[in-house]
Amino acid sequence: MFLINCPYCGERDQHEFKAGGEAHIERPKQPTELSDDEWAEYLFMRKNIKGVQFERWNHAHGCRKWFNMVRDTSNDQIKLIYKMGEKPPSE
Amino acid sequence: MKNKYSIFSLIKNAFSYHENWQKAWKDPQPKKQYDAVIVGGGGHGLATAYYLAKKHNLKNIAVVEKGWIGGGNTGRNTTIIRSNYLWDASAGLYDHALKIWEGLSQELNYNVMFSQRGVMNLAHNLQDVRDLKRRTHANRLNGIDAVYLNTEEVKKFCPIINTSQDIRYPVLGGTLQRRAGTARHDAVAWGYARGADEMGVDIIQNCEVQGIKRNGDTVEGLETTKGFIKTKKVGVVAAGHSSVIANMAGLRLPLESKPLQALVSEPVKPIIDTVVMSNAVHAYVSQSDKGELVIGAGTDDYVSYSQKGSHQIVEGTLNAILELYPIFSRMRMLRQWGGIVDICPDASPILSKTTVKGLYFNCGWGTGGFKATPGSGDLFAHTIANDEPHKLNAAFNLNRFVSGDLVDEHGAAAVAH
Repeated sequence: MFLINCPYCGERDQHEFKAGGEAHIERPKQPTELSDDEWAEYLFMRKNIKGVQFERWNHAHGCRKWFNMVRDTSNDQIKLIYKMGEKPPSE
Repeated sequence: MKNKYSIFSLIKNAFSYHENWQKAWKDPQPKKQYDAVIVGGGGHGLATAYYLAKKHNLKNIAVVEKGWIGGGNTGRNTTIIRSNYLWDASAGLYDHALKIWEGLSQELNYNVMFSQRGVMNLAHNLQDVRDLKRRTHANRLNGIDAVYLNTEEVKKFCPIINTSQDIRYPVLGGTLQRRAGTARHDAVAWGYARGADEMGVDIIQNCEVQGIKRNGDTVEGLETTKGFIKTKKVGVVAAGHSSVIANMAGLRLPLESKPLQALVSEPVKPIIDTVVMSNAVHAYVSQSDKGELVIGAGTDDYVSYSQKGSHQIVEGTLNAILELYPIFSRMRMLRQWGGIVDICPDASPILSKTTVKGLYFNCGWGTGGFKATPGSGDLFAHTIANDEPHKLNAAFNLNRFVSGDLVDEHGAAAVAH
């Protein structure tokens, strides 16, 4: 890491950014119908992958916009950055 | 039978230039089958095997470790031991460990250099003062020694702290647990390994688990780099890699693995004879017997298995250290490293059965697992042997994330996680 390419501002130092955890966790569409197990899955359970993982990041000390990142957690290498709302690449 | 370590064995071995010491543990190849296999040869894993053999009469046990024993977080932490946690469940868990620490060197016949030099937690704002006073009262109700100190008493207990009220985060007070302290982290792993080995536990190093074989909802064995090992009970104590192992069994855990950094300075003469922690500015420091300052930094906010952290984390910690201890301003740092800590949403550990029969997890210790090593091993051994948790670790089950009965120690645990 060290440099992160914000899709809105360009390359900036890593410490301007805040990690926002696993990406593409969808908020339940009908929360009232969720079981306790499904709530636990949504709120707490994480993939926590060693290898390529999809994440959300926020340019907290910059444009303050959110974006997605594909990153290898075993060596911190950034593979790809794409905007919110865009479809995740298939590998 | 192992030779007993004593002053006499030291003298005897001095005559042969210390070249004939008996090996502290063997280096066996895995057998085809075990009654129980512990995955992970760190302090917690070795302690689990030790207590399984000692208290639960299981003799056919193996510990499999992908690297060398004590080479993960056991050898990377800042060795702080304390039990001043807020909630009853945590107080019970950590004080159970602290009580075992107090007799551990004698029990293991191995000097773990447990030093009850006290741990002081500082308050820097009004909310800190209230929280720390509340925690002191909660501790005392649970039979844990704790006192609240005002600024003058903090200064008296640790004279090198800058207690000027003109600094950015002035010291308004603190808590002190005198029974708390430090221990030699490597010795804990080695002592438990030696003790477990003597009771017949196979400690198998350089043996990485690659798969968990299930028959329906029951564990059948482990695929490893040294072949298949058949067993009905698997206790996973893999710290930062717990999610990776869980994934092999088709389970998901509420964990995120993040880098936590620490650093040591060049060795100097004795200057700080206690452990001082500050939650608000995130700095904690003690001095090792070699004279190095041992400094704990914070965790990064992203998932990583790289055992490296970000530079600004270390910088932030050193800023805080320098404001609190101006005397360290010209010290040079000798080494810096990272470890991967598995953090639970409620900053409390998981010592639990799972939905898979015979598969048990001991994980989620986050940034503060070292202090619990003996208690964790004892309680996890109980859980594996009886297929039921001990009453002290019953609250730390996996199901709490479904029921909502969390043990929320974030912040309450006296240091930010």
